[in-house]
Amino acid sequence: MKTVRLSIIGFGAVGQGVARAILSKKEMLTGQGIDLCVVGISDSKGSEINVRGIDLKSALERKKQKGTVATGNESALDIIGNVEHEIVVEATPTNIKNGEPGFSNMSAAFNSGKHVVTSNKGPLALCFSQLKEAAEDNGVFFRYEATVGGAVPIFNLIHESLAGNRVIGIEGILNGTTNYILTRMAEERLPYDLVLKEAQELGIAETDPTYDVEGVDSACKLVIIANSVFGEAASYRDVDVTGITKITPEALELASRNNYVVKLICEAGNGTLTVAPRLVPKKHPLAVGGTMNVASILTDLAGKITISGKGAGSIETASSILSDIMYIVRNS
Amino acid sequence: MIVSMTLELKDIPGQLVIALAPISELHGNIMSVVHQHEEKTPRGTIPVQITFEIDQNFLDELIERLEKSGVGVARVGEERLRSSVSVVLIGHIIHSDIGDTIDRIDKTGFAEVVDLSLSMPAIEKTSSAYLVINAEGEKELKNALEILREVAAKKDLLMIEPIRLNSEAA
Repeated sequence: MKTVRLSIIGFGAVGQGVARAILSKKEMLTGQGIDLCVVGISDSKGSEINVRGIDLKSALERKKQKGTVATGNESALDIIGNVEHEIVVEATPTNIKNGEPGFSNMSAAFNSGKHVVTSNKGPLALCFSQLKEAAEDNGVFFRYEATVGGAVPIFNLIHESLAGNRVIGIEGILNGTTNYILTRMAEERLPYDLVLKEAQELGIAETDPTYDVEGVDSACKLVIIANSVFGEAASYRDVDVTGITKITPEALELASRNNYVVKLICEAGNGTLTVAPRLVPKKHPLAVGGTMNVASILTDLAGKITISGKGAGSIETASSILSDIMYIVRNS
Repeated sequence: MIVSMTLELKDIPGQLVIALAPISELHGNIMSVVHQHEEKTPRGTIPVQITFEIDQNFLDELIERLEKSGVGVARVGEERLRSSVSVVLIGHIIHSDIGDTIDRIDKTGFAEVVDLSLSMPAIEKTSSAYLVINAEGEKELKNALEILREVAAKKDLLMIEPIRLNSEAA
């Protein structure tokens, strides 16, 4: 049995999803000779540490009851720096202004020789190359499948399955909220404001929807793709961004009459990064509805490959994180 | 120039070769042939649509040669605008002079707005338009889109273009 110790930094929807996924997959993992042992969990109010392994069930229960997992005052950085383990799962919320606290957590993990698996877009959109170098300098893995497309394995597909291909361009829908809004507007012929309100009530859009509807979230994901796939030292400022706030139901109706749907599309290729509403033929593989995400990857050998799936959600995102954890366990 | 023709062939073997031979003899480049064998004309002939590139000076000679060899030429047309793109515009389309917006494309000489549908929900609300632009080729189409982008930016119109990866590199 190979025991791998990990910490979960940030215990919101994603962090809890990871705990649930590890719990529910215990038998399968044991079958593969893997024992994932969570030795530290932290949230904004404190943390729980147990070097022999935290009881994840009671940690989840405590979080539900008290709103925090904390049994002590140790910080995230205390766990990363002082508790012996191999993998840090960084699942704190995205901060696009300065990348904190994710950036400090990841840097501390690399500097203490720990692998990092993350769902946190902020630090990667702001300082991808710096983080990648830190991982390389310390000889550890840096995996971030969950940052783009939720459950959709875009980076694994490109870096592992399509290894040897040159990626010519990537085009896709990487934000479920805007896709939901545009889909509902087109189907119900409702104005933007009304559908946004509905999405907020359903918890699909945030109270402050700016990140999603102005294309900021999509742009961050595109920056991560540009860095990871195209090796460009791109940052948020390099993306030409147009949001969906000006789109009218009449425009969607006109498009529909001519067999098009309108989607907020991310494009990378030819050295340019664009997020903008685009006309997509109704029968095109990119024309997915609801909150779905989709990515079409154009390569020199394999041609075009398109994958779609759930772009958000606690357990869906945990799927990508677990897959990154497994990759590290198998390759280290 | 690019020409599309509808020819009428007799329903006997070997007619298609007889019809295509003079095009290559006159250095034409055949781009497509649609042979509708099951759709006979009332005259009992079989219609064939062909599109080809040819020097304009040879066109009369070609028609003469075709008719001499018993091939009927039912229709001859120039295919000038071969590339096409759809775009959606949102904003104050009418008040920012839709006529001028279309003119800017039409007066290029290489591209034209060939279709336009408008939707105006209420006076104070923004309108939406669906446009189809045809151009002589892909390069001209890109130029026309670039012009429309500039006009849209100046008139504060949101311009929604088709996805690119499909049309370009692929």
